[in-house]
Amino acid sequence: MASSDVKVLGAGPSPYVNRVQIALNLKSVDYEFLEEKFGSKSELLLKSNPVHKKIPVMIHGGKPICESLIIVQYIDEVWTDGPSILPSDPYDRAMARFWAAYVDDKWWPTLRGLRSAEGEEAKAAALEQVKEGMVLLEDAFTKCGKGKDFFGGDTIGYLDIAFGSFLGWVRTTEKMADIKLIDEAKTPGLFGWAERFGSNAAVKDVIPETDKLVELVKMMAAKPKA
Amino acid sequence: MADDLKVFRTWSSRFALRIIWALQLKGLEYETIFEDLSQKSPLLLQYNPTYKKVPVLVHNGKPISESLVILEYIEETWNQNPLLPEDPYERAKARFWAKFVDEKLLQSVIDVLVTEGKKQEEAVPRAKENLKYIEEELKGNKFFGGATIGFTDIALGWTAYWLPIIEEVTGIKLIDADKFPRISEWMQNFCDVPVIKANWPPYDKMVAKIQGTREKCLAPKGTD
Repeated sequence: MASSDVKVLGAGPSPYVNRVQIALNLKSVDYEFLEEKFGSKSELLLKSNPVHKKIPVMIHGGKPICESLIIVQYIDEVWTDGPSILPSDPYDRAMARFWAAYVDDKWWPTLRGLRSAEGEEAKAAALEQVKEGMVLLEDAFTKCGKGKDFFGGDTIGYLDIAFGSFLGWVRTTEKMADIKLIDEAKTPGLFGWAERFGSNAAVKDVIPETDKLVELVKMMAAKPKA
Repeated sequence: MADDLKVFRTWSSRFALRIIWALQLKGLEYETIFEDLSQKSPLLLQYNPTYKKVPVLVHNGKPISESLVILEYIEETWNQNPLLPEDPYERAKARFWAKFVDEKLLQSVIDVLVTEGKKQEEAVPRAKENLKYIEEELKGNKFFGGATIGFTDIALGWTAYWLPIIEEVTGIKLIDADKFPRISEWMQNFCDVPVIKANWPPYDKMVAKIQGTREKCLAPKGTD
């Protein structure tokens, strides 16, 4: 397929955008990356995602697909000669979908809560919530990965992408708050997984460097709210 | 081995209804376990330790939670009467709208129910804006699924029953037939589907529950 057939509207630091990039990389699909400027929304974005006006949007053959995990499933269903992203067994697929939804609906908000918490007590409570989530995800890794390298087994799958796309922000939070979220002793499975995921060819050039994200956080904190 | 299917639900859960509809549309037999959420059964807590909620589908002893995840599982396990289209782009659209219902529409409708005065005045146009997206998406099809109901219809289906009740309880008209002709017609067509018609919760009981929810949310907060 011609590379201009697939466009991704996004921004580098967005984990949701990273999900789409990783999925396309896994399938070896070329795409044109159209960077949205921070603080403004392009005409194309507003036209392609009028309901949410958000990135990522993938445009394939002129047709827009929105919502990162829906895009990942679409990519899996269209490019079937690449490695499969969702597992083949329906129950394993359900578990991958369940935990991916958990990451988005429950876990990510706790990480955001940690970054915005003010005062020692609030920070401690927020940290506790994040750590509880990490324990659940460690357990999910054991159950879904079944002793293999990734949540998806031997290769990166749906849940690896869903959770792994947040690794940049996990590291950033660890650095800025001087805490360990993925702990070798407490979450050994996730610890090894994070190294393998982050260094994978489909991932390593996608997830931004922690230092860049730290800079971005400081810059955003300095700006008045738009 | 015959499939062993159990559904954990409450009498009033909109999300559990989705599962009931899907199972019945596929002609599947299942056992129903009604939960009292104020006294959750040990089995429910065992099958859904993460959220401790209904619905849960248990298939040959293996539990699945979260209604849209369960719907995808049912669709992938039993091929008859497909709920999702075959084309990947159409599937993405069906998933998009189901997600929209759960993440935007539902809360905006609840906001109308549980507020009054200025807050409610602000909530109503937000709910209507979300309904307008649905109205536009219907584009002259009988159902989102085409000639028969599909994934998006099932996700949206609770509105056909709950919205009129919310309108009755709040006295606010959300679905004007002239402003939302497609949704109005879709609701009628949806309610005519035998599997749907057969499974609505008892009307008066539901009205009382919705009324109770509104009153509870509006009651002045006492000191604990």
